[in-house]
Amino acid sequence: MTYKCDKCGKEATVHLTEIVQGEKHERHLCEDCAAAEGLTIKTQVPISQILEELVLQSAAGGELARLRCDVCGMTFLEFRQQGLLGCPNDYKAFEKVLVPLLERAHEGASFHTGKIPANADEDERTQAQLLRLRSQLTEAVEHEDYERAANLRDRIKELEGS
Amino acid sequence: MGHVVLSSRGRLARNLAGMPFLSRCSPEQLSGIAERLRRTLGKVGLPGETFYVDVEAADLLDRQLLVERHLISRQHADAEGPRGVAVAGGEAVAVMVNEEDHLRIQVLRAGLQLDSCYAELRRLDELLEGYLTFAFSSRFGYLTACPTNVGTGLRLSVMLHLPALKMTGEIEKALRAARDMHLAVRGLHGEGTEPTGDLFQVSNQVTLGKSEAQIISEFRDQIVPGIIEYERRAREALLKNRRVALQDRISRAGAVLRSARLISSEETMFLLSQLRLGLSLELVDGIGLETINELSLMVQPAHLQRLTGREMSPPERGEARAELVRKRLSAGGEAGGGNGGR
Repeated sequence: MTYKCDKCGKEATVHLTEIVQGEKHERHLCEDCAAAEGLTIKTQVPISQILEELVLQSAAGGELARLRCDVCGMTFLEFRQQGLLGCPNDYKAFEKVLVPLLERAHEGASFHTGKIPANADEDERTQAQLLRLRSQLTEAVEHEDYERAANLRDRIKELEGS
Repeated sequence: MGHVVLSSRGRLARNLAGMPFLSRCSPEQLSGIAERLRRTLGKVGLPGETFYVDVEAADLLDRQLLVERHLISRQHADAEGPRGVAVAGGEAVAVMVNEEDHLRIQVLRAGLQLDSCYAELRRLDELLEGYLTFAFSSRFGYLTACPTNVGTGLRLSVMLHLPALKMTGEIEKALRAARDMHLAVRGLHGEGTEPTGDLFQVSNQVTLGKSEAQIISEFRDQIVPGIIEYERRAREALLKNRRVALQDRISRAGAVLRSARLISSEETMFLLSQLRLGLSLELVDGIGLETINELSLMVQPAHLQRLTGREMSPPERGEARAELVRKRLSAGGEAGGGNGGR
């Protein structure tokens, strides 16, 4: 039997039986409300669970299902299943849903404040373009379109050299 | 009353810019990355002598040996596909290639030396940046396959010996407090392993939104001293209230290790942990810390099989392990061990 949280109506996972002046009171709370009352300590939430919750929270699950990185082809649902992203561009493609996830995993933060690479001025656009060209190259090789593949290789070399 | 922190470790997660993360790489891209990074690691000038192990080609025993020495993760040992590890600086540096990220740079130090770990990590990172461009975004920092590592990509961990907390039953409380401070607590060999021999690996979880210096200072000044203090208090309480029982336990541990004819690695680790505690509380003499450290490593399955030079079934290992321990302890911790008794 499942109980709803007395406070917010979500599924209750904390069940209390209190005896107050000889009378028995039952209370049912969800993890968040129980933690807010100081009844439990929230432990580190595994990423699979964070992902699960994010998807459940979004009433428009369909919108998430449609999210797809146009560079590596990974969909948000695939990421949800394996917990690993497909390419650096996914951070951009899934930004909207990743930010709340990052905030949960990193104590509310979603902006980097640490070390910056020495060669950071090699701008991010070049990186994204390289990624895109490489994925097109893989595709061209798969389709045995060698002329296109050769062209793409040249452009990759050019960009890498710049 | 030292010897609570056995070792410190730092690692950086890095990926090559303009390349997919590993799960989206084609087989050609995977071997391309492995080959490129192997070459780069060979020429950047890692400290001391460098050797590279092609983990894909290595046999099971060698991979297990690397795990037991903390040079690769268990996941890296068990995975498939082109991957490797560069080991340098007398095993203080290990760079995993194609683990979860293209590069995982690790620095290991004895005792509590987090600053020195990070200083070396940073130096290696900058060294590698002379040859490679890493995936980086100004908003999210260094980009990693799993969003839990993004930002600095820095994970610090300490290997803690917490036998007194275990004995007094306060370990759960201490570990819960640690988890509440956004720390991960794991067993001897990292993720997915159970604590053995009262050894616990504690590491930071937050990698984004804090600078490397902040991550280090929080971990070094607030978190680690807190746990050490818990353990010290538990040790003092044991000495004060249950001295004879404690002494008895430690002496029995030594007696079993000196006389067993068959012993599992779990039991050995458990008993060595008691001896380690005894040594730190000056309740044991005639054994050096080095002997305990050496045995803790040598009794692991792959090391044992390497030492004897043959593959063995678990019962055979139990016998060989018991013999090794008997020899080392009865030889008073001297190398060589002789023929098993004096």
